This record gives sequence, structure tokens and C-alpha cells, in this order.
Amino acid sequence: MHRRRSGRLVAGVAGGIADHLGVKVLWVRAAFVALMAVSGAGVLAYGLLWIFVRQEAVTVERPVPARERQQALGLAALGLGVGMAASALGNSTLGWVVGPLGVAIAGAAVVWREADEAQRRRWAGAGARPGWRAALLRVVAGALFVAAGIAVFLLGNLDMGQVQFGLLAVLATLVGVAVITVPWWVRLVRDLGEERSERIREAERAEIAAHLHDSVLQTLALIQRQSDSPREVARLARGQERELRTWLYGPGGYRRPGASDLADAGLTDALAAAAAEVEDTYALSVRPVVVGGDRTLDDDLRALVLAAREAMVNAAKHAGVQEVSVFAEVEPDEVNVFVRDRGAGFDPDAVPDDRHGLEDSVRGRMARHGGSVRLRSRAGEGTEVHLRMPTAVAAVEEKEHTS
Amino acid sequence: MTAPATPVRVFLVDDHALFRSGVRAELDRSVPDLTVVGEAGSVAEAVAGIAHLHPDVVLLDVHMPDGGGAEVLRKVRLVQPDVVFLALSVSDAAEDVIAVIRAGARGYVTKTISGRELADAVRRVRAGDPVFSPRLAGFVLDAFSDRPGAAPPTDPELDRLTRRERDVLRLLARGYSYREIAGELFISVKTVETHVSSVLRKTQMSNRYELSRWATDRRLV
Repeated sequence: MHRRRSGRLVAGVAGGIADHLGVKVLWVRAAFVALMAVSGAGVLAYGLLWIFVRQEAVTVERPVPARERQQALGLAALGLGVGMAASALGNSTLGWVVGPLGVAIAGAAVVWREADEAQRRRWAGAGARPGWRAALLRVVAGALFVAAGIAVFLLGNLDMGQVQFGLLAVLATLVGVAVITVPWWVRLVRDLGEERSERIREAERAEIAAHLHDSVLQTLALIQRQSDSPREVARLARGQERELRTWLYGPGGYRRPGASDLADAGLTDALAAAAAEVEDTYALSVRPVVVGGDRTLDDDLRALVLAAREAMVNAAKHAGVQEVSVFAEVEPDEVNVFVRDRGAGFDPDAVPDDRHGLEDSVRGRMARHGGSVRLRSRAGEGTEVHLRMPTAVAAVEEKEHTS
Repeated sequence: MTAPATPVRVFLVDDHALFRSGVRAELDRSVPDLTVVGEAGSVAEAVAGIAHLHPDVVLLDVHMPDGGGAEVLRKVRLVQPDVVFLALSVSDAAEDVIAVIRAGARGYVTKTISGRELADAVRRVRAGDPVFSPRLAGFVLDAFSDRPGAAPPTDPELDRLTRRERDVLRLLARGYSYREIAGELFISVKTVETHVSSVLRKTQMSNRYELSRWATDRRLV
């Protein structure tokens, strides 16, 4: 909601409300006049809206028919009349409003209008300010109105000793100054808010720029220098992609800062890290898919991850493919990991005795932690290593859940 | 797979011109049974281009200004329900994948896919079969899992996977092809395709909490 700049009578409050609610401005003005009958609430409402609603930044051209202008002036006069009539009927609050305080209000209105103009000029960025003399005159006149109104109000309503009068005079002056300077206070608060959000945006930009510089630009530079080695380029690109993806979407990354550190990495992170390591070392793509939620690492699961890593390395070394699938399923009582490639494959029975990789680091490691290994491979059809590790931790967790 | 008599007409939607030309060159050069009939770099261009050219398959980028791939899906599927969409994106975050699938895409592959695999995926969605990458299969398995504490399904027919569908998804996540799954489960390739289609339908229609959450994150439901 914004106050109108064009086609306004006083401060564009009624027009702004009409734009916001999508009704005719005449109705809004009539509502303010009606509110005048309720202890002059119309003036208060108008004043508060003037303070807290910003004027529109860009002036929209609105042709105002002469009739609407006449209606507005008529309504303003009517509002004044309603106020006076109500005060004549003995409403004391209104008596003040149309009396000396009315003068003060008129003075404040003149000063605030001038402040609106000053803000306009600041937005427009105009250095030279034609008619500043007249503006100054208006502000001074407005301030005088405010002071005079408050003074008359005090003299007329109070009959007290000199000391009390002195105190009240000081108070009245402070109130007068506060009223006159309302627009500047409001602007100060708003400018502070704008400055802060601007600073936050700036910091955000700087963080992103720094990250892109450290990671992406460096990698691109490396890629240009290594452009004669497709294998190396693919390795760099893949590593950078993974790193950026983690930063953008992963825990502890840009979108969820501080969500998690690698110190308490679970099974998902550990498998991803193992896959990343194999990707980097052997320049092929290893994309782990984990379902069934995460699990904190214990000795058994650590062994499982290491065995899975060894299986990935085997696939990378011997299968002769560009891609290895890793699928892990976490179930309440066991974790299954499948490492699969569509590469050369081999006959498990015909493996020469000197190849200890599978036997020791996969089968042996799994057996020591109570797990098992199933190997499926046939020459020409790829290899799949199925690692199964029963877990005891889940059973304990389950009990805690149900009790 | 029998090669169709007329080539599959493909339309590319991606706001990166470099990527479009890369895919176009790759498909035109090495895949004789696919032709790229047009491309678009924005939602509005895409909607107009698809209406004008009537392609068989649209390769759709997920992240674009003005609402992204999901917006294209919504606008085109109202008037041309016969056009098939295959989402293609750098992102493989769960909310992105689930969101475009629920908006009506027949499959989802990441941009790191090779030209040969992309051509395979296009032919497959053209033939009416969904394309589930291992990662998408993993997401769907997770979304449909009955973990303790998960909300009970409201529509049992849509909110549950059958045992067989689960088996098929698991093998997809392990990196098996349809043919390999058929061999593994002792069923025909046709049956595998039926199961995957059924999973796709459930992924699109079910109101399971995980699915709708991912979709509403992108304001799709």
C-alpha cells in the first residue's frame, strides 16, 4: 500500500487506501468524514496512516476530474463541519481538536507535506532545489502553527501556578518538536532498515562470489590447462560438480549452513565420501543412492563402507566402464549395499590367487564384523557385489521408540 | 527394439543456449532415428513452439525463469496431452525430481547422461514407458517406505507399492536395465514395464505426505 502522489488533496492517504482496496476514492473520503463524528477519530486515523504508509516512489499520472476534486473539497469541509457540530454538542475531545489543537494539527500537516516533498526530491536525486525559500517558509509557518496551537490550548485549558506552567511549557515544547519532526524520525528508522537489508544482500553476494572464485573459477582454469587430456578434464569437472552440488544442496552447505559437520557423518555421507574418492582417483562416475534413512556409523558400518569402497575400486580398476552404480538400503535390522558395474565381468572361480583385493578387504572384512558377501559376475555381463551387514544398533533404538 | 519408420521428433527446452546446441549436435550427429525439430529458451517460447510444431518428445529443463519446466508442463498438458515430456536437469535433488514427475513428466534424467543413453531414454518415453534413473527410483522407494512414525496411507490403492513394484524399483536403483530386471525376477520385459508405469502413476497421483511435501515446496499441488 502506498500513498498517492498525484491527484491528492492532503497527503494522498485516501487515494492510497482506495487503490489498495480497489474501491472508489470518494467512499474512502466519506468514511474518514464519518469517523470525524466519533470523537474526531478520522483525523487521528488519517494522521497515523500518513506517518506509517510510504508515498509511492514513482509518480503515476492520474487525471483527476474537476468533479472529483470538488467532491473532495466538499467532503473535507463537511468533515470540518461534522467535527465542529460534534464539539458544539459537548464532546470535549473534539472541542480541543477543532479549537487550538486543530491549529496545531494544521501546522503539523503543512510540515509533513513539506517532508514528503523533500523525500521526493531525494528520490529524484535532484541536487538543485528550486523554490527552497518557499519550502522553508512553509516549514517555519507550519512549526509556528503547531507551537501557537499548543500554547493556546494550554493557556485556555489550564489554570495553575507559575511553576507548573513552566514545566508544562517545557513539556509542550517537547511535544511540539516531536510532532514536527515525525517525518524525519520515520525516515531515519526506514533508512536504517533498508541499509541493513542492503548490507545482508551484499554479504551474501560476497560469500557466493568468494566460493565461486575458490572453486569453480579455479577448476575452469585447471581444465583449460589440461585440455589435451580428456580423462583429466572429466575428472576435474566431475569433482567440481560434486563439490558445488554439495555446497548448494548438501548439509552444512550454502542453503543449510551449520546443519551438520562431517565429524558426525552418517552412513550416507560416508558412502558419498568413499564414492567421491574413487571418482577422483579413477576418473569415472560413481553415484551412490541410499534409501531408508541415515544411520550413525559404528564399527560394523564403517567396515561395510570400507568394503563397499574396495568393491568400487575393483570395479573402477577391472571393469573398464565409465559408471559404477552404488545402492544402499538401510533396513531396521540390516544394511545392504550393492556395487554394480556393466563392465567386463569375470569368472569368480578363475580368479588367480594373487588377487587379494576381493578376498581380504571385502570378504574378510565383512566376515569379521558378522556380515556376508555375495558376488555375481559373468564374463561380459558385469559384476555385482552385494554386501550385507546385520546391525544391532537399530534393535536398541527400536526398543527405545516403543517404550 | 524396432526402429520406427519416421524419426522421433524432439523439442529442446533449456535456458542455456550452449547446452541446447550441445544436445542438438549430439542427437543429430549420432542418432539417426531422432530429429530435433525445434528449441526454446523460455517458458513462453516453449509453449508456443510446442503448440506450433507438435513434437513427439519434449526434453525439458527443470530450472528456468518464470516457473521452470513445471510451468511448461502445466500449460502444454492442458491442450496437448499427447506430447510426452522427459525432464533433463543438472539438479538431482529430491524436490526437483519429484516435482516435475508429479507435474506430468514421463521420466527424469540428469544432464551428465551420455548421448547414447539420452537417445535410449527418449525412445523409451516415446514408446510409453517411464524412465527412472537409479536416483529417482531411490527417491520413490524412500517416499513410499513404511517407516515407523510415517503417516498412514489415506488411499491404499495409490499410497502403497506392491511387493513386486518394490522389487522392481530396488533393482532399478541398483542400476539394472528393464531386460536385466525381467531376467532377475523371472518375468517378461512387458511386465516390468507395467510395474514401472504403475509406480509412475502412483508417484504422480498419490497424496502421500513425502510426495506432496516435495511437490508443495515448489508450489505444484
